[in-house]
Amino acid sequence: MENERYELNKELAQMLKGGVIMDVTTPEQARIAEEAGACAVMALERIPADIRAAGGVSRMSDPKMIKGIQEAVSIPVMAKCRIGHFAEAQILEAIEIDYIDESEVLSPADDVYHIDKTKFKVPFVCGAKDLGEALRRINEGASMIRTKGEPGTGDVVQAVRHMRMMNQEIARLTSMREDELYDAAKQLQVPYDLVKYVHENGKLPVVNFAAGGVATPADAALMMQLGAEGVFVGSGIFKSGDPKKRAAAIVKAVTNYNDAKLLAELSEDLGEAMVGINEQEIKLLMAERGK
Amino acid sequence: MKIAVLAVQGAFIEHEKMLAQLGIESFEIRQKKDLEQDFDGLILPGGESTVMGKLLRELELLEPLKEKIQRGLPVLGTCAGLILLAENLSNDDRIYFGTLPVTVKRNAYGRQLGSFFTKAEVKGVGEIPMAFIRAPYIESVGEGAEVIARVDGNIVGVRYGNQIGISFHPEVTDSLALHKYFTAML
Repeated sequence: MENERYELNKELAQMLKGGVIMDVTTPEQARIAEEAGACAVMALERIPADIRAAGGVSRMSDPKMIKGIQEAVSIPVMAKCRIGHFAEAQILEAIEIDYIDESEVLSPADDVYHIDKTKFKVPFVCGAKDLGEALRRINEGASMIRTKGEPGTGDVVQAVRHMRMMNQEIARLTSMREDELYDAAKQLQVPYDLVKYVHENGKLPVVNFAAGGVATPADAALMMQLGAEGVFVGSGIFKSGDPKKRAAAIVKAVTNYNDAKLLAELSEDLGEAMVGINEQEIKLLMAERGK
Repeated sequence: MKIAVLAVQGAFIEHEKMLAQLGIESFEIRQKKDLEQDFDGLILPGGESTVMGKLLRELELLEPLKEKIQRGLPVLGTCAGLILLAENLSNDDRIYFGTLPVTVKRNAYGRQLGSFFTKAEVKGVGEIPMAFIRAPYIESVGEGAEVIARVDGNIVGVRYGNQIGISFHPEVTDSLALHKYFTAML
């Protein structure tokens, strides 16, 4: 029964593939996102760029605000809890959220332990910057993975780095002899069974999205061509000049990520992109939270 | 024999893998120029119907595919695919192909916590595993539409001539039976 629930949760992520999950802070934004073609929305009080600007401790959003968004749209609604904060996760489960993001964007509540996600019925997505992190989160019960990238920066460099890193490590595992997998599990600090799965299938056992710094249709297409199965866009949409148009363009770019001619049309006249912060200018590296 | 799989969003690869296991060739429809080749059947996969419907329209796929379905192209819609085919949605004003005479309720089992797995009989197929993921069900069927599956009294599968609409996902289970049934129609 427990295993059945985990399968259903992984399968919901499969249904989201080829889609764009957008950060929204109000029911109004949620409706704009749904109309623009978001396959799910992430309900949060402040988008990552504003969390970064405001500083201080960042926590789970007010359940009332999340409920308002659940009522506004018919697509799945996700929400974030702090790393290790299982009480916040219990609250999100109680309001029947469709997916919990145990997220490094919020201030971590525990600097050692992540949430034991196997104890929940509701599914979890977690960030990862390499294969070891991804498989550790899956072992804890995550049913979907996303790259960490660097949230709220509008700079895609770290999402690219994390996706490439995962791909390289997966390729390395698939090319190994079977008797080498035991040591690989030791190196990656993950259970042997998960290593064996990756070795045999050449992919993670769950869906893997790109996240953190995607701001343009071209960014989205880049991540898809690098092997992402879908894209999270956080600050990139509602921090831009024309959110509606940009959101719709990113959705189409994810569907036809290999068609440069169409991507060129989609990239035209989108208004101002979010300003963004370069990697070297960042004081707080959120991706370093929760390994 | 070649089957087109709508691949604008959702779990289309899962269907392609099932077809491959049956030794049937398939290809993806992502934009208008993909319609230039001939095909013998169409699969509308699971995913988000709002996203697929919007992209069908904006990528100018809706009308040409609708015409093909009306002219008798065999089509299988699973979950969101059923919603795309439905003539009516009881809790949404949107209509997409509107070729299948049924009224469908979206997210009929509630949010993800309402998702479930079961086994049930499909007429002409036998008992198969079924994954219901934020699934719809069929509230009523119009003339000529035959109910082929029920779960807990709710209609979860219909056939209307060349069209099959089901509210569950055979493509995430290990049973090829429903795909076999569909491809036998071709």
